[in-house]
Amino acid sequence: MTATRTILTASGFWLCVAGVGIAFLWHISVGAKAIPLATVWEALVAPQEGVFDHVVVRELRMPRAIFAISVGAALAVAGALMQGVTRNPLAEPGILGLLAGATFAVIIGIGWFELAGTAYVPLFAAIGALVGAALVWTIAGAAPGGATPLTLILSGAAVSGFLYAIESAALLLNEDAFDDFRVWLSGSLAGRDMGTFLWALPWFAAGLIAAMVIARQVTALAMGEETAAGLGVDTVRIKFIALAAVIALTAAAVSIAGPLGFVGLVIPHVVRLFLGSDYRLIVPFSAVVGAGYVVVVDIAARVVLAPIEISTGIVTTMLGAPVFIWLVRARL
Amino acid sequence: MTATQDADAVSATPLSARGLSVGYGEQAIVRDVTLSIRPGEITALVGPNGCGKSTLLKALARILPAMSGEVTLDGQPIGSFPTKDVARKLSVLPQGPIAPEGLTVTELVAQGRFPHQTLFRQWSPGDRAAVERAMALTDLADLAERPVHSLSGGQRQRCWLAMVLAQDTPLLLLDEPTTFLDLKVQVDIMALLSRIVHADGRTMLLVLHELNLAAAFADRIVMMREGRIVSEGPGEEVIRPDELRSVFELRADVIPDPVTGRPVCLPRSPDDSAAPASRAAE
Repeated sequence: MTATRTILTASGFWLCVAGVGIAFLWHISVGAKAIPLATVWEALVAPQEGVFDHVVVRELRMPRAIFAISVGAALAVAGALMQGVTRNPLAEPGILGLLAGATFAVIIGIGWFELAGTAYVPLFAAIGALVGAALVWTIAGAAPGGATPLTLILSGAAVSGFLYAIESAALLLNEDAFDDFRVWLSGSLAGRDMGTFLWALPWFAAGLIAAMVIARQVTALAMGEETAAGLGVDTVRIKFIALAAVIALTAAAVSIAGPLGFVGLVIPHVVRLFLGSDYRLIVPFSAVVGAGYVVVVDIAARVVLAPIEISTGIVTTMLGAPVFIWLVRARL
Repeated sequence: MTATQDADAVSATPLSARGLSVGYGEQAIVRDVTLSIRPGEITALVGPNGCGKSTLLKALARILPAMSGEVTLDGQPIGSFPTKDVARKLSVLPQGPIAPEGLTVTELVAQGRFPHQTLFRQWSPGDRAAVERAMALTDLADLAERPVHSLSGGQRQRCWLAMVLAQDTPLLLLDEPTTFLDLKVQVDIMALLSRIVHADGRTMLLVLHELNLAAAFADRIVMMREGRIVSEGPGEEVIRPDELRSVFELRADVIPDPVTGRPVCLPRSPDDSAAPASRAAE
């Protein structure tokens, strides 16, 4: 890499970080009552007790903006890892059944075992994501021709659809217990509590760090397993770490926001358009761009039909579906 | 042979297999192969489709685990080295590698430095020098910033060779490096490989489809059939009408190249009645 390109990439990265910072402030200022950016800034850097707007910013709005940032980063990095390791341009937690599995498991955990707000939520989500992924790969592997991108998508759609049907039936049968879930099920950052977030934080951090550590090896894996092995990559170990990271990131995201579709698909592809195929760049850029994307989408979800709020997951799906179709036409 | 001579023979050969069987699942494709690669030479593995030559190469490169027998690298079992240490001694170019979309030539070649880097020491002047040397050898300097997938087949193959060269290993294992290329490009690449081996004192094992290319460039030819080695030696000893008939089921005449004296194989179809094999060979 030439020196100019290094400087360009580094400045691009910090520009993206700055963009996320601005989106973060904007996100906080928008709401039922608009709070000026100057007040938001004041509330963050020098909060005063008893100032109502400061309390709103710190207690109500800032947590949601932080959730948006974490969820966006987690899903985008999970998608980037999956695409790199499997060399499948359509791999993503949503399409391959991980989101559906995690969501289903969280509903069981909260609705059945009443574990809301505990450390068990991300654990249930992780187990669900793993089972979902295993189901999708098993079904696709049994299809004629094995686990190709196409059979994986089909089996992912079948597993996700099936789990969603069971969830819907459960919601209809027990409206009281599951009332909280209706919004969460479509992917939402509204009404999440800080407790769940704090329990999800270690999963999020572990997944992100693991992704950064194996980024070099993922670049090699993207050139084919035998090429990577020839370069001295322990392919089995890296695939195992990548799977663990993807599961942890998906679990963290679902615990906080439910299933936000297509974030993991769209962001890595956009990043790759600008940066090429080096995962040492794709991973951190996906994290930052994914964070900014979900923050902006969450602003749109609250502003477009105000005072009605659309679920964030509905907006990410609406924006992601055309990208998905384009990728299928161009790459499958 | 005495014990000391035996030990000398082992240490002199950088890569060898003893009683090696390899395959996929339960099915052994390579059966009980014993082979020593000679240092400073090009060895070509030839044989009909499905004879196990690629499988043998992958096993020698520790990409496929042995079912029985063992592969030795520098006199020690290859499995006793961490995979990254192996990658500093031995590079391998598999058949039909994939260039991720958007990867530039320089970025691809730089991947060859992977085994020389760690998480905290990622790019050194030594890495840069090795990449530049590899790109100069393969004549890629003008294409440095081009995306790999926009290049022609021959150019792309030169990129992969450059990546393997940047890995800077004494041993190179290449699986069909000339397949799907024009004849001129095939000859250019083989000439390049020959220069690399003989000028730098490296050791190379190639799987080759094209017998005449193997005969023209390899110092030694290993001929395989149905997972076993049937014949091994310099081209003129291995490329013979009777071997071609029994191994390839090919009726062919073999004549010496008028310039180099290396054997040239001339396949005959049943309709060719002009020259019987015996007369052409004389």
